Amino acid sequence: MKRQIKVTINGVGYSHEVEPRLLLVHYIRDVVGLTGTHIGCDTSQCGACTILLNGMAIKCCTMLAVQADGAEILTIEGVAKDGHLHPIQEGFWEKHGLQCGYCTPGMILAAYQLLQRSPNPSEAEIRHNLEGNLCRCTGYHNIVKSIQYAAQKMAGR
Amino acid sequence: MYPAQFEYHSPASVQEAISLLGRLKDDAKLLAGGHSLIPMMKLRLAQPKHVIDIRKIPGLSGIKEDGGAIAIGALTTHYAVESSSLLKQKCALLTETAGTIGDPQVRNMGTVGGSLAHADPAADYPAAAIALGAEVVAEGPKGKRTIKVDDFFKGLLTTALQPDEILVEIRIPSWPVGTGMAYMKFPHPASRFAVVGVAAVVTADGKKVGVGITGAGTKAVRAKGVEAALSGKTLDAAAIKAAAEARSPQQGFLANEFSWR
Repeated sequence: MKRQIKVTINGVGYSHEVEPRLLLVHYIRDVVGLTGTHIGCDTSQCGACTILLNGMAIKCCTMLAVQADGAEILTIEGVAKDGHLHPIQEGFWEKHGLQCGYCTPGMILAAYQLLQRSPNPSEAEIRHNLEGNLCRCTGYHNIVKSIQYAAQKMAGR
Repeated sequence: MYPAQFEYHSPASVQEAISLLGRLKDDAKLLAGGHSLIPMMKLRLAQPKHVIDIRKIPGLSGIKEDGGAIAIGALTTHYAVESSSLLKQKCALLTETAGTIGDPQVRNMGTVGGSLAHADPAADYPAAAIALGAEVVAEGPKGKRTIKVDDFFKGLLTTALQPDEILVEIRIPSWPVGTGMAYMKFPHPASRFAVVGVAAVVTADGKKVGVGITGAGTKAVRAKGVEAALSGKTLDAAAIKAAAEARSPQQGFLANEFSWR
C-alpha cells in the first residue's frame, strides 16, 4: 500500500504518494527530479548519495523514502545561496578537488557536516571524516586541500 | 536495487509495535537505523512481508545514569554514543568502539539496539558489551525482562530475543574509577567490519577483567581463558602475552567456530 509522505528539500515542500520500498535516493532523483545526488555503489559504501537529513549526513541509498516523512533535507542543489557558491564548493573549484566529479556532491555534503561539527579540522580529521566517501580519480589530496580552503574561508581568514 | 514489496508500519509506541509483532510474527522485521536490514533487503537476502519502523518511537534514545548503571536507549545512534560526554567520562570503551563502526554517515543512522539485535558476527558492540558485562532490556507483551549479555548472543544473527520482543535498552554496570578499557580491531579494508575485534576492561587492581572477542566466530564470545589468566596478575608484558595465548577451555572458539568463513 502506498504511503503519503511530506518532506522539505532545500527549503521547498514536497508531498507524494510513494511505495514503501522506494529508496530515498530514487525519490530525490526520479520523483522530485533533483539529480545532483548520485548513485555510485548502491551498497552504502561509496557516499556518492550523501545528503543531509535533519542536519545529519546520511547515505540515502540506504534509507526508504517513507522513513524520511517529515524530514528536512539538504542536497547539493541547495548548498549554493543566492547564486553564490558555498565556500566548500568554491574550495573544490579553487583547489581542483575533482576530476570526473561523480563523487563531488557527496564529498561536499560530508564536508558540510564535518565543518559544522569541527570548524577547524586537522588534515587527519578531514581524512578520517571522509572514510565514507570514495573518490577513484583524485587520490583525495586535493579534496583535503579544498576542505581546508573552505574551513579558512568560513572562519573569515 | 529495490527491495521486494512489503507493507510498511510506523507504530507510535513500543506497545503498538509489540502487538504488531505478535500479530504478524515471522512475516515482520523491525526497522531502526536500517543499516543492516535495508542492505539485506536490497540484495533480497531478507524479504520481510511487513516492516515495522520503530525509529521515531519517542523515549527509546538517549544516554543517562540510572541506579548506578548507564542506560542507553536502543535507538541511540552510534554517533550519539561516540560523542557522548557522559560515556567519554564513565565508559570510554563504548565511545571508542562506536567511533570505529562504518563511517560518519553510517554512524548517524545505525543504532546500538539495532546492532545488538541483528547480532552480526563481525559487529563491534558485542565485544564491548561482553567485556563490560552489559545487560539487555527486552520488552514484550508481558512487560520487560533483563538478559545478561552472556546469555544474549545465541549464534549467527541469532539472539535470545523472542519474536514478539523488542530490545529497548542496554545497561552498562559501573566500573571503578581508574579501570582501563580499550577496543582494537583489524577492520576489513572495504566494509570496516571487524575481521577480528577485541574489547578489554581491566580494573586498576587487576582483580576484575572482561574480554570480549568479535569477528572470529559465528557470534561474539567472552574469552574466559584469557580473563582467568589475567585476573589478579601484575599486568606486565609477559603476563599479558601468556594470557593472550591462553585458550579458552569452555569454548575453543577459534578452532570450532571459524569454519563458517
